Amino acid sequence: MPETATKLQVSDEVAVQLVDVNKWYGQFHVLRDINLTVQRGERIVIAGPSGSGKSTMIRCINRLEEHQQGKIIVDGTELTSDLKNIDKVRSEVGMVFQHFNLFPHLTILENCTLAPIWVRKIPKKEAEETAMYFLEKVKIPDQAHKYPGMLSGGQQQRVAIARSLCMRPRIMLFDEPTSALDPEMIKEVLDTMIQLAEEGMTMLCVTHEMGFAQAVANRVIFMADGQIVEQNNPHDFFHNPQSDRTKQFLSQILGH
Amino acid sequence: MIGKTSPSAPYVRKLMLDPLPPPAKASGVSLWLREKLFSSWGNAFLTVIGIGLIWLLVSHFAPWFLHGVWNADSLAACRKTIATTWGEGASGACWAVIRARWNQFIFGFYPAEIYWRPVLTFVLFLLALAPVLFSQLPRRLLWGSLVYPLVAIWLLWGGSVWPVAMIGVGFVIGAVLWRVLVAKNAILAALAAVVVPVLFWLFLTGPIDDLLGKVLPVSIQSVPSRQFGGFLLAIVLGAGGIVMSLPLGIVLALGRRSDMFLVKMFSIGFIEFVRGVPLIALLFVASLLLNYFLPPGTNFDIILRVMILVTLFSAAYIAEVIRGGLAALPRGQYEAADALGLDYWKAQRLIVLPQALKISIPGIVSSFIAMFKDTTLVTFVGLFEPLKSIPDTIRADFAWKGIYWEFFVFVGAIFFIINFGMSRYSMYLERKLKRDNR
Repeated sequence: MPETATKLQVSDEVAVQLVDVNKWYGQFHVLRDINLTVQRGERIVIAGPSGSGKSTMIRCINRLEEHQQGKIIVDGTELTSDLKNIDKVRSEVGMVFQHFNLFPHLTILENCTLAPIWVRKIPKKEAEETAMYFLEKVKIPDQAHKYPGMLSGGQQQRVAIARSLCMRPRIMLFDEPTSALDPEMIKEVLDTMIQLAEEGMTMLCVTHEMGFAQAVANRVIFMADGQIVEQNNPHDFFHNPQSDRTKQFLSQILGH
Repeated sequence: MIGKTSPSAPYVRKLMLDPLPPPAKASGVSLWLREKLFSSWGNAFLTVIGIGLIWLLVSHFAPWFLHGVWNADSLAACRKTIATTWGEGASGACWAVIRARWNQFIFGFYPAEIYWRPVLTFVLFLLALAPVLFSQLPRRLLWGSLVYPLVAIWLLWGGSVWPVAMIGVGFVIGAVLWRVLVAKNAILAALAAVVVPVLFWLFLTGPIDDLLGKVLPVSIQSVPSRQFGGFLLAIVLGAGGIVMSLPLGIVLALGRRSDMFLVKMFSIGFIEFVRGVPLIALLFVASLLLNYFLPPGTNFDIILRVMILVTLFSAAYIAEVIRGGLAALPRGQYEAADALGLDYWKAQRLIVLPQALKISIPGIVSSFIAMFKDTTLVTFVGLFEPLKSIPDTIRADFAWKGIYWEFFVFVGAIFFIINFGMSRYSMYLERKLKRDNR
């Protein structure tokens, strides 16, 4: 599988750029001088121990968290406190959460059409067609009229991916998408993500699925203590880690 | 099989088991009695005590209730009938008073020749309520519900149609301004949608009413608020208060959770003040103090004043109930709405409030019920509510002097029926909005 990664084209265009980003929670310095440039079409896996700031970093990219210093530029738009820019970036960037965060009071189909209708102002019928297209893609079109509470975790997460895709995002963020799933459901979600990667989506994934990283990532970033400690292509990252923190982390997650 | 061999022996199942139906559940009267009433000596004892207490209540109350007299023209006549039918010293209710004064209980001192107006208003009320309560009905009917309050005001209070129509025009102006301006600047739009109609009502409606009244006089007999009474008054205050306090409660609940300092402080201050003060104090404010603050000569209707304060009172409680519902929503719901690019108001309207209000239904309906019952307190500001003022009036008639219980039972029963209806509706709504498969 590792050859998928090399097969895919990465363009020179910059999709996301973080320049000297710093963030504090109260006194706690959670992100320290983060510098990261993501090309369009790149698939980046972010790994690291818990509390290392990896989730915080990708949540800054669509402003679910606010950074206090530095610059974040997404698709040419800089994230400042300007609400217009924030909404623009958010409608271009899809996000998939650890706990799915589907809207329990709406059907699967309504979950998928809500934002296209209300944010993109797309007619209902067209939005529903798009939604069915993506639900078919994640292989659950027959559940369209059920409510999220009636679906398994894996199915819910696939709906969450479809819901994001309905906004036709140019960048997708994944915040530990498989961490809340039973082991037998992880594969169906990862397969969906791999399929997405193969279609050239720009992806930033916080995940502990090292198999996924080896299969589709063209870069693995290792974070610890709020900083980027190491980044490399997956092969070298896993087989020839340089820093002690990375070696220690890899030995812990791959050690048994 | 595991049991038959040593516990640690390796084991592989050869045959998978098919699912079986559950064992038949034992049932029957004696089993039910044993399980629910006499499951132990202690419980049997409590059951006996409980039955004894119920018997005590019923044996005292039932004869009084059943000996009741429906046909009489005074309390003395009632007593005579009871004595001759059931023997000297028998107790009995004098329901005849309810029959004799039925209209007063329903309409207060509303002019008898135009009773049809409140009756029509009530029928229209039920029609306007139906599409609000039952989403199966066509949504277009809601437009009728929206116009209904103005129709009700005109039918109940009467007078020229134009002042009421101008209230409606003010709302339309506000709505149009909001629609036109909201795309440009939401805050400006909100401000314009509030300020312009208020200015319109304050300065323009008077002259326009005069003009239209001369050109095209459309008018029915006007009825002053002091003539309203009985359940007409209770339902006008209750329905008006409920309709206005829910949106106000939602706004206050959102305000209390707002990031904007002033909005937040105002909401907290308002809620805590209103909840901390007895409703009667606020009613006295409505009836006495407001007159000091208003410019001399303004005639600010007493029912309107009371309704506003009842609304404010109820809204403070509803705000706290809804705040509980908002707090119960996981943060992920807000984040998902944000991540999809929904702005604050869209997120509140489409994601947050539908869920928060659903959670808050029992509490909101409790507040409604409490408020409807509290409308009886307006007796203290001289309005003729059905629980105390109307009975007092009736007792002033020598024929019915000395009747108490019949009034309490009757008025209590009507309140109970309406409130029980609200409670059942809230349970129906909860069941209908249930979204999981359990």
